Amino acid sequence: MSLLSVEQLDARHGLLHAVRGVTFAVAAGETLALVGANGAGKTTLLRTVAGAHKRAGGRIVFDGADVTAIPAYARLRTGIALVPEGRRLFAGMTVKENLLVAGAYGRPGSWNLDTVVEAFPLLRARINSRAGNLSGGEQQATAIGRALMTNPKLLLLDEVSLGLAPIAVEAVYRSLDTLIKAGATIVLVEQDIARALGVATRVACMLEGRIILEGRAKDMTREQVTEAYFGLKREQRATS
Amino acid sequence: MPVTAANSVDGGLLVGAGIYKRFGALTVLDGVNFTLAPREAVGIVGPNGAGKTTLLNVLAGGYRPTGGTVSFDGADVTTFNAAERCRLGIARSHQIPRPFGGMTVFENCLVAAMTGGGLSGQKAYRCCVEALELCQMLRIANRRAETLGLLDRKRLELARALATEPQVLLLDEIGGGLTDEEANLLVGTIQELRRRGLAIVWIEHIVHVLLRVVERLVCMDAGRIIADGEPDKVIADAAVIDAYIGGKAAQ
Repeated sequence: MSLLSVEQLDARHGLLHAVRGVTFAVAAGETLALVGANGAGKTTLLRTVAGAHKRAGGRIVFDGADVTAIPAYARLRTGIALVPEGRRLFAGMTVKENLLVAGAYGRPGSWNLDTVVEAFPLLRARINSRAGNLSGGEQQATAIGRALMTNPKLLLLDEVSLGLAPIAVEAVYRSLDTLIKAGATIVLVEQDIARALGVATRVACMLEGRIILEGRAKDMTREQVTEAYFGLKREQRATS
Repeated sequence: MPVTAANSVDGGLLVGAGIYKRFGALTVLDGVNFTLAPREAVGIVGPNGAGKTTLLNVLAGGYRPTGGTVSFDGADVTTFNAAERCRLGIARSHQIPRPFGGMTVFENCLVAAMTGGGLSGQKAYRCCVEALELCQMLRIANRRAETLGLLDRKRLELARALATEPQVLLLDEIGGGLTDEEANLLVGTIQELRRRGLAIVWIEHIVHVLLRVVERLVCMDAGRIIADGEPDKVIADAAVIDAYIGGKAAQ
């Protein structure tokens, strides 16, 4: 059974139909990478699943329960955590405070200050620094750590490598790789397709609000992804 | 036409030569040479942050380049602002249509014709009628612009540019957000503009739409032109695929 099941989801930004009847499922322990050009609808889809963007239609079932109508904070308590694009940390608070605030509103579980710092060692020396004073990589680690503090069953990651120096991207992905190997369930939006394909078990390529290519990452050919990205073949589905 | 990262800068209607654009420490355009011939339609693609819209802004006069020159019809227009270039015949559409609310479709066009194109009287009126007819908006010329749906807003964006009587049309993701059917309608209009001899530069992420109009495709990455030539060859170019997918993508 799928941990997350999204059925015919629609979302709009005013006149723009940003997500158009999207259906996909994520099994527990799976990492799904959502890729696609700018404006394809990836971030809106992720935010709609998290409850941070209002849906215009469709249904979201998480862990066996219909969560379509419940607000974002309540979805967090069912186990859905979003790491938003641009991190959105509480800049005036320390790393520790950012983490503790999230922990206070999340679910009980094995993630706590110690385990987060263990997963993101670069935070150890910065734990009492203001989040606004951190480097991009440290901020991203804090943002992912903040989501983990809620003890999620599903982690939604939006553009974790965006704006980071290559060395910081490496560090963030090393930590993500550890999480994935430990069995985390992740939906990842990533511009760096090679990077996304490197960690994902499944890939869905979006174009103009729709998923036009979906399949196992290891079965995906370079040509398939390129064609989907360019929108040269519509409604193409790889073996899933 | 071969696939090459270098363009000729001679003999073009609109030419950007050695264009650099920096914002602080960030170099967004890194020595771009771009030439648009009369009556030519060129598509520009590239991953996010490649510099496509910045190049369009430099060509349209919205940005002054940090280095390099822009010339139009043989004259150096580098120091001309967007309004001055519009009077010369360079019109553009914006990614997000922002019609003048509280005005009708026709009035929106008239503002463009008079202030953008420098036209007046019957000439301005005729240009607006023709632009709206081309964009299939004449039947709704008296509708308030704020009541339009997305396709008609995009059409109005195009009509406003056409009402300035341009020789060059710069289109920034005008197909974005449309349904397939709507995109087809818009493509039909742009194809007609081509038949009428308008030179077009079109940035678009939906490449299959773009390929129905353009005869030449330029791919940008990290502020540079990495491929330029026949669309099929550019799309198959290894450097282009690397720019989008990454060199170590699924093999």
